[in-house]
Amino acid sequence: MSPQPQKAVGSPLSRVEGRLKVTGRADYAVDHDIPGAVHAVVVDSSIALGRITGMDTSAAESYPGVLKVITHLNAPRLVYRDYPGTNPRGRRLRAFQDDQVLFFGQPVAVVVATTIEAAQHAASLVEVSYESRQSTTDLTGRPGNVIGNYARGDAEAAFAAADVRLERRFDLARNHHNPLEPHATTARWDGEKLTLWDKTQGVNLTRNEVCAVFDIPPENVRVISPFVGGGFGSGLRTWPHVIIAALAAREVGLPVKLALSRRQMYFTVGHRPRYDYRLRLGADRGGRVTAMLHEPSYETSNHESFWEATLALGQMLYNVPNVSQVLRNVPLDINTPLWMRGPGYSSTAFCIEVAMDELAHELGVDPVELRLRNEPTRDPSTGQAFSTRRLTECFRTGAREFGWSRRNPKPRSTRDGDWLIGTGVATGCYDTWLGQAQAHARLDANGTAAVQSATSDAGPGTYTSMTQLAADALGLAVREVEFRLGDTTMPVAPPQGSSQTMASVGSAVQDTCDKLRQQAIRLAVGDQRSPLHGVNPDDVVVIGGRLQVKDKPARGETYRQLFARNNLTHLEANGSYTPQADSPYSMYGYSAVFAEVGVDARLGLVRVRRILSVFDVGRVISPKLADSQALGGMIGGIGMALLEHTVTDHRDGRIVNANLADYLVPVNADIRDLRAIYLDGDDRRADPIGVKGLAELVKVGVAPAIANAVFHATGRRVHELPITAEALL
Amino acid sequence: MPTDPPAAESSALSRRTFVTTTVAVGGAVAVGDLVAAPLALGAAPAAATEAVLSTRVSLVVNGKQVTATVDNRTSLLDLLREHLGLTGSKKGCNAGACGACTVLVDGRRVNGCLTLAVRLEGAKVTTIEGLENGDRLHPLQQAFIDQDAFQCGFCTPGQIMSGIGCLQEGHTGSADEIREWMSGNLCRCGCYVKITRAVEQAARWK
Amino acid sequence: MYPFSYTKVSDVPAAVKAGSDGGRYIAGGTTLVDLMRETVERPGALVDISALPLRDIAATKGGGLRIGALARMAEVAAHPTVRALYPVISQALELSASPQLRNMASIGGNIMQRPRCTYFRDVTAACNRREPGSGCAAREGFNRTHAILGTSDHCVATHPSDAAVAFAALEATVHLLGPGGERTVGFADFLLRPGATPQREQNLRPGELITAVEIPSHPRPLRSGYLKVRDRQSYEFALISAAVALHVRGGVIQTAKVAAGGVGTVSWKLSAVERRLIGQRPSEALWTQAAEVAAEGAQPLTHNGFKVELLKRTVERQLRVVGGTR
Repeated sequence: MSPQPQKAVGSPLSRVEGRLKVTGRADYAVDHDIPGAVHAVVVDSSIALGRITGMDTSAAESYPGVLKVITHLNAPRLVYRDYPGTNPRGRRLRAFQDDQVLFFGQPVAVVVATTIEAAQHAASLVEVSYESRQSTTDLTGRPGNVIGNYARGDAEAAFAAADVRLERRFDLARNHHNPLEPHATTARWDGEKLTLWDKTQGVNLTRNEVCAVFDIPPENVRVISPFVGGGFGSGLRTWPHVIIAALAAREVGLPVKLALSRRQMYFTVGHRPRYDYRLRLGADRGGRVTAMLHEPSYETSNHESFWEATLALGQMLYNVPNVSQVLRNVPLDINTPLWMRGPGYSSTAFCIEVAMDELAHELGVDPVELRLRNEPTRDPSTGQAFSTRRLTECFRTGAREFGWSRRNPKPRSTRDGDWLIGTGVATGCYDTWLGQAQAHARLDANGTAAVQSATSDAGPGTYTSMTQLAADALGLAVREVEFRLGDTTMPVAPPQGSSQTMASVGSAVQDTCDKLRQQAIRLAVGDQRSPLHGVNPDDVVVIGGRLQVKDKPARGETYRQLFARNNLTHLEANGSYTPQADSPYSMYGYSAVFAEVGVDARLGLVRVRRILSVFDVGRVISPKLADSQALGGMIGGIGMALLEHTVTDHRDGRIVNANLADYLVPVNADIRDLRAIYLDGDDRRADPIGVKGLAELVKVGVAPAIANAVFHATGRRVHELPITAEALL
Repeated sequence: MPTDPPAAESSALSRRTFVTTTVAVGGAVAVGDLVAAPLALGAAPAAATEAVLSTRVSLVVNGKQVTATVDNRTSLLDLLREHLGLTGSKKGCNAGACGACTVLVDGRRVNGCLTLAVRLEGAKVTTIEGLENGDRLHPLQQAFIDQDAFQCGFCTPGQIMSGIGCLQEGHTGSADEIREWMSGNLCRCGCYVKITRAVEQAARWK
Repeated sequence: MYPFSYTKVSDVPAAVKAGSDGGRYIAGGTTLVDLMRETVERPGALVDISALPLRDIAATKGGGLRIGALARMAEVAAHPTVRALYPVISQALELSASPQLRNMASIGGNIMQRPRCTYFRDVTAACNRREPGSGCAAREGFNRTHAILGTSDHCVATHPSDAAVAFAALEATVHLLGPGGERTVGFADFLLRPGATPQREQNLRPGELITAVEIPSHPRPLRSGYLKVRDRQSYEFALISAAVALHVRGGVIQTAKVAAGGVGTVSWKLSAVERRLIGQRPSEALWTQAAEVAAEGAQPLTHNGFKVELLKRTVERQLRVVGGTR
């Protein structure tokens, strides 16, 4: 087949759903107009460990407007079948199935009422008594369980023999995803059929869990999620409140809307776990790293064993001959963590990249140069060739654009009034994840197309990028193509996580639309009345809705003409993408992150003055949106580096700062000059559309670049996140 | 160390307070003809001696007169979302800490979540739904699209309403000034650079 | 949120009557509605005072300033007279909260803000302010943002207002009207340290209403300004703040008014610093020497020890900025 000209792909389109979003007409999980819907409010446990000994719901039940109060005492038994999915190993929290309290803020009851005001107030009237036991919520000094090991060479011996040795311990705070839209679900039963409007990063995730909990067949559950107000990972699992909404709707026989409060967002929808990360690094005088020994520990819950990709970077980022890794998770009386933007990689990158900066300083080698000296030619963990790895080019481009050569390497060497100025650099890297995906496309006689897949758009711009791919594949203008997502009635797609959507769903959309175009082309070349009759289908392209011979554009006809003559209302096609089972390539996206900070050293203030990142991510489908995503990742990294810290009171396991005034995320005034550069690329070894994924990568490496800049500004090295005034005074 | 949590005490307090203040009035709200009738609650009407816990209030929302009997506890945000079907204003924190609920009341930007609807007798409220002029977007709405000043879109209505306040107040003298005066609106996707550009674009248009 | 009755009053006597009958005044509502939703506050009756004629902002005869209690934070901050006479007030206000909140919140309400302690806001935690006798979870808990001055065994929460720091520095008076008539209270006596009764936060009698905050006249020219140190650039309560006003004549500091925020259970007047300044010639050394006594008597907790040094440095910095030795 002849490749289609790429007009929409690569052009700086505005978001196709933009108008809905700027007019307030984009409907999120509890915005849908569901007639007769009532409101549910969850009651949370106020202890972290123990059991419920009493539950007085009488005041709540008698409050006007209250329809039902559900607790473990009156909730129906639910099946909670295990199934092969992405839930972590263990026994997941079962809503209202027993009297056990596993963590602070666990749902212990739900109140359903006709108004929000009544439901909220009645929830505060539910009296719960507990038998409390001493909870354990502090990671510090706890041995944990070994859940991963890796070794190559003899790391201990190489470390002992190294010219330069660093041994560091990092303490990385727990972070919460905090999407601006609180998790929420609207549930409605129509007989045996359940419809959920859910905030989720994957409608099939919700369906799978609901089917397993209620033991109902998939055809009886429909999950709808056209707009998702951010996720950053928190929507990659179906949390108890979704089950509670469905349960409440069934119990009261009415549609139910359940939105978590902001406070509850800190209790039951996961978090980036706190890390205690011991790292040892040995190198020779020439700046070649000879040994890296990693001992990361992170939090998990006592009921589930959380896993995230903590080890990969330590194995493949640099050409280190001797590596050892022991990964532990530490069970605590907390809710189970969940992957947050750049999961595992963001945390590990902080430790490796700060240590590399320390090594550079120790050796008197430029930090960029140090990284280039340790650049591998093949993946040192597998021996595989890289599909593409242009990290060196990222650093060279970044150094040039950032003005790195003007840097005086001496710490505390630059001052601007009360501000010490410093610059720092770090590597970012994230795995190119790929998943199975399917799509459906339909081309109508009027020359417009509708393409769909049950993926999600929590912000990256999936509506737009898929429209761009489909428009080019079908030879249509962007406005003639509509992409739909977020509904389990659509072809299956993986959840929107691990940056796999563009590559996976995009490849499926490409396949589907290619098939559909070829179907039309075959119809034309086989049609005696078509000007294209008898032409080799491989010589036909579609441009502007017109099928034509590639080298003789005058010969051809439009979709409309073809369809009309053949009395066709439409053509349709199903397509899919299945990643290659054993790819011979090592596939990662890369970035070089440059940061400049000002530190008011007397007052301990750190302000980021600028960040420049250069990315190697293969092909960029939607450059305007990719730019936004990169800047967003930088802002997430600024939060991780300087502000974000979920604080637990270890006396009783209470999360102390469960609100947006005390858990600080960056505000507009924190953000100044951010810039992203994408290397022009196309990685067809990775996947058919040549992309390597953005969403996670854009955050990885940002926090260490900032920390390294803080060191350069002040001479003060901080191994704890976030970096706050007390560490700098 | 409070190994024995104070929950029981606190609940006991709730109960006492409840007994002394509540009366038998339904939480239901009737709002003119704008919404379907709420469910019948079967609640007894308030006796004359009891405090009145709901109030009739008339205000103008996006140019339309609205008269509603509201539970005194109802926030402007909930009035808009639950009773007027105007779900463009968002509930991000319900505590004045995120700005997603920002609307204009009598021309000034405020947090809808901390504004009690009952206090708005005679007020003029403008929400994101009230900005379009026929098919034409407000210049700031268009600027948000042009600059790609949003990703997930959830904070966007609040950002735009706050941006309109910022423009009207004249706090658009520099990018730094815009940044400071747009800092009452969190964006977790991290679109601040482009939000600032969008406000700058609209300020030029103005 | 607990149910409540609602009354809007149109004149001051009616307000005082309703307040004396147990009604709770609501002005901007930004603190009260927030805390009612958390069920920290449970008033049975709200008295809406927003229509009372207490919104004027005007210079007083002697060169002072009178700010009506219902003037919005945004209005006060932007008022030309305030900007001209007391930049420290404008700055403190504009560094507070967010533009939206400043459009809602009143000056009277601002100084009536309840403590910004997460345990106070969490009704499942022990808090002597919210439930006298229940204990103070913050004292041995997470207390990074808490007070180092004016604390007691019963409470260690800071007073969150920025404007109150400026008012404390400038020795404002608070005008009150209650069933017993009018009275005036000096700012230092208006906000109460927790002591053994942390639930009593202001020097207010039942039914009393704040009608105005008045800044006395200070010798001119008076240079003043507010510095707020915090983790993020905006929309956050102070870790530490300093309000400074200086009158220099003949090369000598004649008047020095200094207070700090984020450190005390009430806005904290730094009289010892003032004493070290008066009669001296502005110099870098003087600022350092004066700021040295800013944290006198500080009693840091587990997580806020850094505030002792940071307080001194913040005061020193703001003395330098306002004193203009550079």
